[in-house]
Amino acid sequence: MSDANLFAQQAANRRRSAWLVALFVLFFAWVGFGGDYAFYLLTAGAPAGQYHHTVPFIGLLTTAAASVLCYFSWKTGPRRVLLAAGAWEVVTPASPAQLQLVNVAEEMAIAAGLPKPTVWVVPDQDLNAFATGHDSRHASIAVTEGLLAALDRDELQGVVAHEMSHIQNDDVKLMTLLAGMLGAVALLSDGIGRYLRVGGRMGGSSRGGGRSGGKGNNPLGAVLLIVWVFTLLIAPVVTRLLAMAVSRKREYLADATAAQLTRHPEALARALQKLDAASAPTRSIAQGAAHLCIVDPAERKLSDREGIVGDIFASHPPIRLRVARLRAMAFQNAKREGGALPA
Amino acid sequence: MTTILFLAVLAVILLWGVGVYNGLVSLKNQVRNAWTQIDVQLKRRHDLIPNLVNTVKGAMEYERGTMEAVINARAKAMGAQGVKATAEAEGQLTQALGKLFALMENYPDLKATKNVLQLQEELTSTENRIGFSRQHYNDVATEYNTKQQQFPTNLVAGIAKATPADLWVIVDDQERAVPTVDLSSRPPGA
Repeated sequence: MSDANLFAQQAANRRRSAWLVALFVLFFAWVGFGGDYAFYLLTAGAPAGQYHHTVPFIGLLTTAAASVLCYFSWKTGPRRVLLAAGAWEVVTPASPAQLQLVNVAEEMAIAAGLPKPTVWVVPDQDLNAFATGHDSRHASIAVTEGLLAALDRDELQGVVAHEMSHIQNDDVKLMTLLAGMLGAVALLSDGIGRYLRVGGRMGGSSRGGGRSGGKGNNPLGAVLLIVWVFTLLIAPVVTRLLAMAVSRKREYLADATAAQLTRHPEALARALQKLDAASAPTRSIAQGAAHLCIVDPAERKLSDREGIVGDIFASHPPIRLRVARLRAMAFQNAKREGGALPA
Repeated sequence: MTTILFLAVLAVILLWGVGVYNGLVSLKNQVRNAWTQIDVQLKRRHDLIPNLVNTVKGAMEYERGTMEAVINARAKAMGAQGVKATAEAEGQLTQALGKLFALMENYPDLKATKNVLQLQEELTSTENRIGFSRQHYNDVATEYNTKQQQFPTNLVAGIAKATPADLWVIVDDQERAVPTVDLSSRPPGA
């Protein structure tokens, strides 16, 4: 069996998102500890009695803040996302469509070799779906009523497989981690920004003057400090862009993993086109949970835009590109099996 | 100095060996677990068949031969042991079921009843589950087989008592083509 394309696409997206995450962590480390290093250099030459910045308070505090944020959003996030969307759990299927949904979820859990996730329905007529959970063994999949009504069994299976792939690839944890770091960076940036503004207003005051008094003795430290403050001011934007880039790679990865689970990429491609055609916004899903959804729930989808804007700001890749990649996998399957090409 | 270097190299090799050994054992258990998952789904299928036969028996009394073939294949499949024998017996059951489903197409009234519709969704799902658990088993077993044959993991494979796992191969083309339980049909009124 040669699923070369399928596995190659997964490997490529895994590698790329790993690089992006590494970049993210490096940037976070610079934002956290860069200032400490600058202060260390600035105060190193100070006389014995004066303050020496030897303990990296800023970095430690930022890391601690990020850890706390991560922990809380990891612990309470899944429940909050489901509650905010107004989702209800399908315990005993009441209609044929619900039975089908529960069955499909079970089938995909089997294909992924994981326990069955809990299944939820969001009372919204738009077509969307998302996954959430603490880890791959305690996860939930939610789909909108509109999606349940509009897709056939194979397409529904493709969508559920995509969500199951997010669970299997640990995307919920990854994105929670990134969101925690993002929050901590935003807090720090906000704090320093406020401090600078207040400091600027009190420009000539004796306190401000006194602080900058002993700093002239280390030019490297001064340059580092300026660069650090500057990066700190743009940090919220940079971290958000990096997180979005990771999110887009994970979407491609989830599409490719879904194709591995169902071995039927064409069905997911068809489902994505239907989701794309139903362009109404998914009002019940908050934009904060966008990275967990199968398509961007926002009203004016940035992911519709190909080219530079979509490449920078969107949480999801353009649907047309996703469909094209899935079709490429379907084409390879058809070629291998000598079957007919999908219409 | 040389003794320290020698000991360090030895420690690294030992650690690597332990890691590979544990990896193989974990994969072996995953293969075993994947197999029991297939078993669970096969049992589900075996449990559903009497239900199906009872439901359609009245309406399809002229197809007694086909129904008996299903019942016999089910009995044989339930008694099968080991990967190869089970794969073969279940393959025959799949064929017999496929024939029955094809005949059911001739009874539109029967197909439209709520009971049969629900049963059909359950059977569709069961056939899918068997397929997916088989796919998962084959994926894990292939990974296990590849690992233990690759150098240098194969040096540890003997110590970990790793032997190649049998794959569940679909034998004939007819079976390959059968799973047309009308998978794409949507339940009406959904």
